[in-house]
Amino acid sequence: MTFTKLLTSAAMAIGLASAAVAGSHAEKTKVGFIYVGPVGDGGWTYEHDQGRKAVVEAYGDKVETVYQENVPEGADAVRAITQMALTGADIIFTTSFGYMDPTIEVAAKFPDVKFEHATGYKRADNVSTYSARFYEGRAIQGHIAGKMTKTNKIGYIASFPIPEVIRGINAAYIHAKKVNPDVEFSIIWAYTWFDPAKEADAARALIENGADVVLQHTDSTAPQAAAAEAGGVITFGQASDMGEYAPMPRVSSIIDNWGPYYVQQVGRVMDGTWESVDTWDGIAPGMVGIGEISDAVPADVKAEALAMKDAIAAGEYHPFTGPLKKQDGSDWLAAGETASDGDLLGMGFYVEGLTGDVPN
Amino acid sequence: MDLSSINPILLVASLMVSATPILFAAIGELVVEKAGVLNLGVEGMMITGAVVGFAVAVNTDSPLPGFAAAALAAGVLSLSFGILTQYLLSNQVATGLGLTLVGLGLSSLIGKPYEGMKSPTLPDLHIPGISEIPVVGPMLFQHDIMVYVSIALVAGVWGFLKYSRLGLVLRAVGESHDAAHALGYKVVRVRMAAIFFGGACAGLGGAYLSLVRVPQWTEGMTAGAGWIALAIVVFASWRPWRVLIGAYLFGGVTVLQLNLQAAGAKVPVEILSMSPYLITILVLVVISARGAHGAPASLGRSFHASH
Repeated sequence: MTFTKLLTSAAMAIGLASAAVAGSHAEKTKVGFIYVGPVGDGGWTYEHDQGRKAVVEAYGDKVETVYQENVPEGADAVRAITQMALTGADIIFTTSFGYMDPTIEVAAKFPDVKFEHATGYKRADNVSTYSARFYEGRAIQGHIAGKMTKTNKIGYIASFPIPEVIRGINAAYIHAKKVNPDVEFSIIWAYTWFDPAKEADAARALIENGADVVLQHTDSTAPQAAAAEAGGVITFGQASDMGEYAPMPRVSSIIDNWGPYYVQQVGRVMDGTWESVDTWDGIAPGMVGIGEISDAVPADVKAEALAMKDAIAAGEYHPFTGPLKKQDGSDWLAAGETASDGDLLGMGFYVEGLTGDVPN
Repeated sequence: MDLSSINPILLVASLMVSATPILFAAIGELVVEKAGVLNLGVEGMMITGAVVGFAVAVNTDSPLPGFAAAALAAGVLSLSFGILTQYLLSNQVATGLGLTLVGLGLSSLIGKPYEGMKSPTLPDLHIPGISEIPVVGPMLFQHDIMVYVSIALVAGVWGFLKYSRLGLVLRAVGESHDAAHALGYKVVRVRMAAIFFGGACAGLGGAYLSLVRVPQWTEGMTAGAGWIALAIVVFASWRPWRVLIGAYLFGGVTVLQLNLQAAGAKVPVEILSMSPYLITILVLVVISARGAHGAPASLGRSFHASH
C-alpha cells in the first residue's frame, strides 16, 4: 500500500466517522445539565435531576441526557459548560444563579446551541431564563412560622445575597409579622449553597440563640437534622419536600417542579420552535408546590395557609401588596399596590422591620 | 448590638464538636506527611468514612461499630494509594487527587440507599464529678467519647513522634529515606503503616460528620473539610499540638461567626464569613514564626531501594 493510498483511506475513514457522528447527532437530541451540588443533596439539585428524568421519561430514545454535578459558580463553570457544548449538546440547562455570566459567555461562542439559565436575568438570542416564584411559598411559610413561634424568634439560613434569596426573606418576614407583630428574624448568611456541616452549625447557632423556627435557603437537609436533634423546633423543606423529616421538625415545604418546563423546552428544540423566553411561574401553573402541611400545625393555621395558597394560585392575592416600606423607612408600595416583576427581580433591600444589612 | 443571646457555654461546647472532624483528619495526615508521603486524598477518605460509618451504624443500630468500620474502610482505601505510590512509584500528587475522586464517587454509590435516614446518636458522656463543675463541666466534660478520642490521639501522636523509637524511625524516613534505608529501616513498610493510620483517622473524622455533627448522610457532605485539614497541617508546621490549635481555631471561629450573625452583631457579614480562614492562618503563621518548622525533607518524593 503506497503512502498516498494510506492517506486517502485514512481521510475517508475520518469522513465516514464524522458522518456517522453527524447521523447519530440528528437522531438524538442531546440535553445537558450543569448542577451546583450533587444529585443526592435531597434539595435543589435533586429536584433539577428529577426534571432531567422527566425529560428522559417523556422522550425515551429520542433524547440523550448528560449532567455534571458540583460545578463551582464562577470561572470553572465556563469550562464545564464549554465542555458540554463541545460534546454536542443541543440544549444546556445551567441550574444556579452563579452560572449567569458563564452561560452568557459560552452561549456567545456556540450560537447553534440553546441555553437555559435558571434564576438569572440575562438573556441572549440563544439563552432563555426561567425561574419559579418561590416567594409565594415563602409567604405561606412566614404565615405558619409567625403563628407557631413561641419565642418570637425566627431563624433564617440564607445562602448568597442575591435578589432571589432577599425576596424570600422579605416575603417570609412580611407574612410572619402580619400575624405576629412581636416576631424577630435572625438571618445567617452561610455563603454556600451546599455544605451540610456548615448548614447544621448555622441551624444550631440560630436555635442556641433562641429561634424555634428555622427557615433555610440552602440545599441540604442538614438543618432539618439539626432541628430534629434539638427538638421543639420547626422547619420547612427547601426546594424538595424533605418529607423524611415530617411531621416534625418539617411541617411543610416548598417543592420546585421543573419537569414540565424541561419537557416543554426540550420538545421545542426537537421541533425547531425554541426561542429565547423569560419564564417565571409560581404556584398557579405548578412550578412551585407546597408540600403537605403536617399535623404538627394547628388545624386553623393549616386552613389559613391553604386559603392563602389558593388565593395566590387564583391570582387574588400577591405576597407583595402595599402598604409596604423599605427598611430605611422610605415608601415602597402604596396601599393596595402590588410589586412589579422588575422590582422583585432586582430586589436588593430588606422591608421595614428587618434588622441588619444586606451584605454587598 | 445585643450579644447577650450568645451562651458562651453552648458556644465552647459546639466549637469542640465542630472542630473534631477536621482534627481527626489533620492529625492523621500529619503522621503521613511526617513519614514523607503527601496524600492529597484526605477528602476522599473522609467521605468514605462518612458513608461507611453511617451505613454500619444504621444497620447495627449503634454508632461505635460505625466508627470502627469507618476507620477500617478509609484505611483500606488509603492502602490502594499506598500500593500505587510506594510499590508502583506513581506520582503522589496525582494519585492523591485520584483517591479523592474515587472516594467521592464510591461514597455516593454506597450511600444511595441511606439518603434521608436517621442515625443512632452517640450519647454524651457524663463523668461523675467533673461533668458537674459549673460552667467548665458543660463546656468541656459533657461531650461524646469521640471528642476525647480525638484529643487523646493528638497527645498520642505527639508522644509517639517525640519520645518513641518508632517515632524517631518514622521521622527519619520522612527526612531522608535514603539514609533511613542505609541504616536498615524498612522505608516502604513504615510509610504504608503511616498511610493506613492517616486513612483510618480521616475515616473517623468523616464518620464524626455523618454520625454526630450533621447527623445524616448526604452525598458530598464533607464539602472541602479534607482540604482544610491538609492546609492546617502545613500551617501548623507539622506539630501535633499546633494542629489541635488550628482545628479548634477554625471550628471555633466558624461557630462564633455564625453565632454573631444569629445574634445580630453589627459586623459586616463578608468579614465574618472570611474570618475562620483569616484568623486560623494568621495565628498559626505567627506562632510558627520562630524556630525550625520546615516540611519533612523527603515529603512527596518516591523511594526505591535501587536509587
